[in-house]
Amino acid sequence: MALNRKIAYIDLTKGEVETKPIPIEIRKNWIGGRGLDAYLLYNHTKGGIDPLSPNNVAIISAGLLVGTLASASARTHVMGKSPLTGGVGSANMGGFFAPELRWAGFDHLVIKGKAKDPVYIWVNNGEIEIRDAKNVWGAGIYDTQDIIRKELRDEEVQCLCIGPGGERLVRFANVMTGHKNSGGRSGMGTILGSKNLKAVAARGTMDIEIAHPEEALEYNRKVIDQVISTKVSQIMQRWGTMFIYGVTNTTGLVRTRNFQLNQLVGGDDIECENIDKVSIGFDGCFGCQVHCRHRYIIKEGPYAGTYTQGPEYTSQGAFGAEVGCNNMNTILVANHLVNDYGLDTLEIGSMMAWAFELYEKGILTDKDTDGLKLTWGNDEAVIELVHRIARREGIGDILAEGPLRAAERIAKGSEKYLIHVKGMSNLHSDERPSPSLALGIATGTRGSDHLRSRPAIDLYNLPMEVLDRVYRQPDGYDGPLTNDYTKYEGKPRIVFWQEMNYMAVDCTGICKYHTVFLSPNHLTFPEFAKLIYLNIGLEFTPLEIWNVANRAYTMERLFNIREGFTRDDDWLVDRYFDEKTRAGLPVVRGKSLDRKKFKGMLDEYYRLHEWDENGVPTPEFLKKMGINKEPSHQL
Amino acid sequence: MEKMLIVDHEKCTGCRLCELVCSVKHTRVSNPSKSRVSVMKWDMEGFYLPMVCQHCQDAPCMAVCPKDAICRDEELNRVMVDYDLCIGCRMCMTACPFGAMGYDPKEKKIFKCDLCDGEPYCVSFCDMKAIDYVEASSASFKRKREAGSRFSELMRKYAG
Repeated sequence: MALNRKIAYIDLTKGEVETKPIPIEIRKNWIGGRGLDAYLLYNHTKGGIDPLSPNNVAIISAGLLVGTLASASARTHVMGKSPLTGGVGSANMGGFFAPELRWAGFDHLVIKGKAKDPVYIWVNNGEIEIRDAKNVWGAGIYDTQDIIRKELRDEEVQCLCIGPGGERLVRFANVMTGHKNSGGRSGMGTILGSKNLKAVAARGTMDIEIAHPEEALEYNRKVIDQVISTKVSQIMQRWGTMFIYGVTNTTGLVRTRNFQLNQLVGGDDIECENIDKVSIGFDGCFGCQVHCRHRYIIKEGPYAGTYTQGPEYTSQGAFGAEVGCNNMNTILVANHLVNDYGLDTLEIGSMMAWAFELYEKGILTDKDTDGLKLTWGNDEAVIELVHRIARREGIGDILAEGPLRAAERIAKGSEKYLIHVKGMSNLHSDERPSPSLALGIATGTRGSDHLRSRPAIDLYNLPMEVLDRVYRQPDGYDGPLTNDYTKYEGKPRIVFWQEMNYMAVDCTGICKYHTVFLSPNHLTFPEFAKLIYLNIGLEFTPLEIWNVANRAYTMERLFNIREGFTRDDDWLVDRYFDEKTRAGLPVVRGKSLDRKKFKGMLDEYYRLHEWDENGVPTPEFLKKMGINKEPSHQL
Repeated sequence: MEKMLIVDHEKCTGCRLCELVCSVKHTRVSNPSKSRVSVMKWDMEGFYLPMVCQHCQDAPCMAVCPKDAICRDEELNRVMVDYDLCIGCRMCMTACPFGAMGYDPKEKKIFKCDLCDGEPYCVSFCDMKAIDYVEASSASFKRKREAGSRFSELMRKYAG
């Protein structure tokens, strides 16, 4: 059964592997995936360690529902102390690695120490072996996976790996699997690089017993119908996340030219419809009927003939609006390059946009860039800068350090042009008109981010009865809610609720596009409870799952507090408050955030979390959650 | 009315849900190595092809079986295994040109697609219908129309 999947502790310094079962009480408290990873991170690291030292851990996991009939149960989670922020490092990706890890017998790998020479880990039907990776060190992520499959003589092997970006310790390097599945944020690939760990390869043919197979099959059919019946899923099936750009850019919610505008005027070449010119079909993660990305072949320029997948909405911003470019081919090429180098598309886009603005302001000059003209809309400069960052050449070496370290090196007041929270850059979204989204990026445990608490449906101005149905359950919240996304009232609740929802999703290992993220009619706590019961056989009430999420989210908070984060870090850069939006629809034009009201939201958010006014969980709350004696070293 | 499984590789997204539902339906476990259908992938080129028993008319598995344990079920036009007669020699695995005959080391038995007795789960769960169960006599018309639609617009524009 799924509950017999094990945890393995792999010490790369000593070359030792230890495996243990995961006790049922642990499952009840943490479920698995990101939830249990948060516990393991707090328990297996000491405060104040250097994230790039052997003392850090790389925790790789598959959620509790991965590989089961749970609709897109594909997600891998990776955790460690972030080399970018120094706080919680956490990244999540789709593809086929996580199910393969489970068929190979494992749910969690806790990787410690540092290998003397490059290695990869081979997980095969309950066995773990540390193997020489000299053959693949230096290779891009496509070749790495291909070479490892050939070496192991099994084309069905699934690999998680890093590219040259992670090897060179670019602080926002990914872990990747397949062509485009990226554990993208907070530098998880950098941790693997620091450990001389190139990849983890998995292959398994071990049964995952389904607790109630007939009912699980029937319910899976229902769940798929529920998900693909919504308009947003049907649009995603056709265009992937690229469709979002058309909506947000028209509205005026796209960070353009770093933070100078909130709309890319005339940005029609990078609209999703143009993907049809290069697409050769859709691609789905394990078990997913939303198949939200295209397979494509680049047709123009020096990279013509290259096959890869994507691009996502994120890349339209990173290599489009943020740097003032309106060229689909640039996005297709840059997406391919960052995938193959193994870099976070979002972070690199933000770093480049920042550098472009510094160049405009004269803070960076041709001397600093070795003659590269970082002018808005300069497509060649965008592609060249991707190479330089990945190879750590010239200005690229500075930008590879991530926002705060790069600003420290460049100095000259460059820091005030950064768009980041806790040292991690923001998506290309402009949250000035939407306080709920702004609060979400300010408070996220891994830094500025749209996948830890974003209440995207707030932008839909939904009827109140829909919001009541979604946001008052499962704990019976009876405070305010509002369905106008420009308002501040009631927003802390929906950020808190989304945090719990996404944490629950990340514990189970299903995809956020199947939950209440882009649609209010997708899965949430009651459906998670039923899926866990039918597939795994464990009984949880929706409220119990909420409590697991709350416990795990608080654990991440405790980690950040231990690493020195305070209330001041749950805040946005001044430009959000001081500069008004200048473009878009009338409802979003002329908007900036109000400091006093924002502070009020933050206070309310802490109160809902049962944290004190400084954002520190109260002793009573920790006791209630059963985590008042951490680290407890139970696993 | 005779029906048949038909695969369209262009529609396949490579998600492997067919493998998951097939293995759970037939063995109550999630395990692609026990699935009757397998999506073969060439990841470096992005080419995906679901492989499944073709229920051949002149089936090599049937021809080589020394115990006549493999026979044709005319009602559903499928090739079936009679486990009372099967001796587990696995010659059928050697003979099948599509790799459609699987082997379960735990049960010590060969296995193959049985069309889920006329309602294939792989088909009902595949939203893209990359694998479909259609009336055999008109199966090719669907493909003809889909293939033709790529040309029809250009034909009408330039040759019409």
